[in-house]
Amino acid sequence: MPNQEKSKEKDSKLTTRRDFLRGAGNYTVASLSGAAMLLSNPKPAKANVTWAEHFQKNYRLMTEEEKQEAIERLETRYSEEYGQKVTVDGTPSIDGVLFGYALNIQKCIGCRRCVKACVAENNQSRGDEQQIEWIRVLRMEKGNFSAEDRDQHGYPESFGVQVGGNAYKPAGVVLEGQHYYEPDQVPEKDAFYFPMQCMQCEKPPCVKVCPVRTTYRDPDGIVVVDYNWCIGCRMCIGACPYWARRFNWGEPNLPKEELNPHTHYLGNRPRMKGVVEKCTYCVQRTRKGRWTACVEVCPVGARKFGNLLDPNSEIRKVLAKKKVFRLRADLNTYPKFFYFMD
Amino acid sequence: MMRFTQFVVDFLRAGFTGGILYWCWMLFLAFFIMLWGYGEYVQIANGMIVTNLNDQVSWGFYLANFVFMVGVAAAAVTVVFPAYVYKHKELHRIVILGEMLAIAAVVMCLLFVIAHMGRPDRLWHILPVIGIFNWPHAMLTWDVIVLSGYLLLNIIGGFYYLYKKYAGTEVNKTFYLTIVYIAIVWALSIHTVTAFLINTMPARPMWFHSVMPIKFITTAFAAGPSLIIIVFLLVRRFTPMKIADEAFHLLSQIVVWCLGIALFLTMSEIVTELYPATEHSLGLQYLMFGHNGLNSLVPYFWTALTLMVVSFVLLLIPRLRKNLTLLPFICAAAFIGIWIEKGMGLMLPGVIPTPIGEFAEYTPSHIELMVVGGVWAIGFFLLTFMLKGAVAVLLGEVSYQPRAGKQPVSSEQGEATI
Repeated sequence: MPNQEKSKEKDSKLTTRRDFLRGAGNYTVASLSGAAMLLSNPKPAKANVTWAEHFQKNYRLMTEEEKQEAIERLETRYSEEYGQKVTVDGTPSIDGVLFGYALNIQKCIGCRRCVKACVAENNQSRGDEQQIEWIRVLRMEKGNFSAEDRDQHGYPESFGVQVGGNAYKPAGVVLEGQHYYEPDQVPEKDAFYFPMQCMQCEKPPCVKVCPVRTTYRDPDGIVVVDYNWCIGCRMCIGACPYWARRFNWGEPNLPKEELNPHTHYLGNRPRMKGVVEKCTYCVQRTRKGRWTACVEVCPVGARKFGNLLDPNSEIRKVLAKKKVFRLRADLNTYPKFFYFMD
Repeated sequence: MMRFTQFVVDFLRAGFTGGILYWCWMLFLAFFIMLWGYGEYVQIANGMIVTNLNDQVSWGFYLANFVFMVGVAAAAVTVVFPAYVYKHKELHRIVILGEMLAIAAVVMCLLFVIAHMGRPDRLWHILPVIGIFNWPHAMLTWDVIVLSGYLLLNIIGGFYYLYKKYAGTEVNKTFYLTIVYIAIVWALSIHTVTAFLINTMPARPMWFHSVMPIKFITTAFAAGPSLIIIVFLLVRRFTPMKIADEAFHLLSQIVVWCLGIALFLTMSEIVTELYPATEHSLGLQYLMFGHNGLNSLVPYFWTALTLMVVSFVLLLIPRLRKNLTLLPFICAAAFIGIWIEKGMGLMLPGVIPTPIGEFAEYTPSHIELMVVGGVWAIGFFLLTFMLKGAVAVLLGEVSYQPRAGKQPVSSEQGEATI
């Protein structure tokens, strides 16, 4: 306690409101945690930092210094919590870059290595209680028709007139997709695969409906979330036509030894309960010129990523030469995630 | 100022005065309010994982009740509108009671929203100036404006009138009527905006149709007056407040016509969706008939529809509609029917199946039941208290008397109610 009191003394030269809040925060939490120490086993330093986090602004509106402060605060907290040096990066979007993604559905074998790599890279919650994955791989049944179906009664069967038949096996319709499949081996003979993740829409419905602008599109086209500003209303989950957003229903479970310590403020830093998260095109990697984890791990090279503004990039070549489509184009969300076939 | 303080004290005292029946009722509600406190505590401590919501069904019981209660709040206008626009004398005398109901309903709405939020501790983020208010883009910010505005209008209008009555001074007509007329239009806006909140998301095809706002308003103006009829009958039974039969006759007519239009709109929706039976109608199909054995919603839908149709038919018969012994039971049936139809029956098929076609069934967890039950209890607690206070003031049982010292309200004033 005496130490805490001293730090309070230091803080007494209050100049701004924020300083005041931080000072008051330290003081209150110090005394509270002192009392709590007797009752349980708290983490006073963590509590201190979390308290200051409560009063920070939306990341996008912070000045450079404030961003730096917020980042340092997080680094201290994470490092202590996970018992290792954790870095939080704040690299802004790079000029002249608009990220785009293309996925070759002809090549995808449904192995879901991308799903696993994404979880490991992006520090999602894992375990039975709460398992969060940003990529879904849908298993699509191949069309399969039989003469039997052709001759069965269809609808509406009245007055001896048959309007429809029964030979309508699902064949590659998204709504018939299935993302829980446990085959012995992939690819399976009777299926093809259709991975989905955040499409980083140019006109993202999730951004439009967010009441506090905690989720926004950065200039490089990535739709990001400030986890510290999210109020957990889940409007964005309702508005997303691609079911790309995930919610931390409980405190995320991220074992210390599994943490990826290289994090980005808007990307894979450990989250808290009650906030939304989603794919960020591995912002912590891609803004430093690296591939996303899913592109890197894909064993068949089905995943392509690059700068849409660079005419020589691989992604632009895919767009120029392949047959490309976007998912649910009717909704005018203009995804920057393209599907293609050879 | 002194007078105002005394008004507050006297109002509180009148509101919390009553016989054994009154206290039993309040204690009964207090029990559920305690459960609410416990449920909220557990949910805030552990996160929303204590609910049965998940990524597939991320909106559930809380928002279902929210949407329904917004309607009940808006329905106060069915008392206010005839009273002031058509100068309906009988309703004019009890218009304040309608406003009290609106206040209680909006408070419940706010509590449902807080229960729905993953981070209620960050509620200030949505406040203009200190937070960020994504207005006019986010529909939710519109809802914040209209709901808080409606709450303020009703508090100011209702309590201004009561205060003037208490003080025995003249009501400033220009001021008061301005508030009343704004509140009438505003009432429509709260439910319209709430409809826009969910029907502007093409990702959820079940909700993505323009019938939503008008259907919201008609179901609200059926469910709301149903509740008002029941509440007013109780007020008449348990307090000396006189409410004429004509008031009930007008309200039950509003119920029957709004119920009829609501049923017509339901039919239009079903035909439009099920005739072509596209994938976009899977939500409605799931609600009505289930999907491959997942049919937990099916009984709810058909119960709701039966209740609505039966109460509509019964109310169509003038002899039954005007029978004030039978009327509260028919109203209760209509109220429950709409609560199911517009609550879980609207919220769940909107999010089931998910945009990628996954069906996941949902039933509220114990914590969700506790919180929702508790919020209802808070609403009724508040309503009972405000109605008792308002009736006492309206009947002149409590009025301003300049006092020398601190004298308690004379006991006969307290006993007059219940």
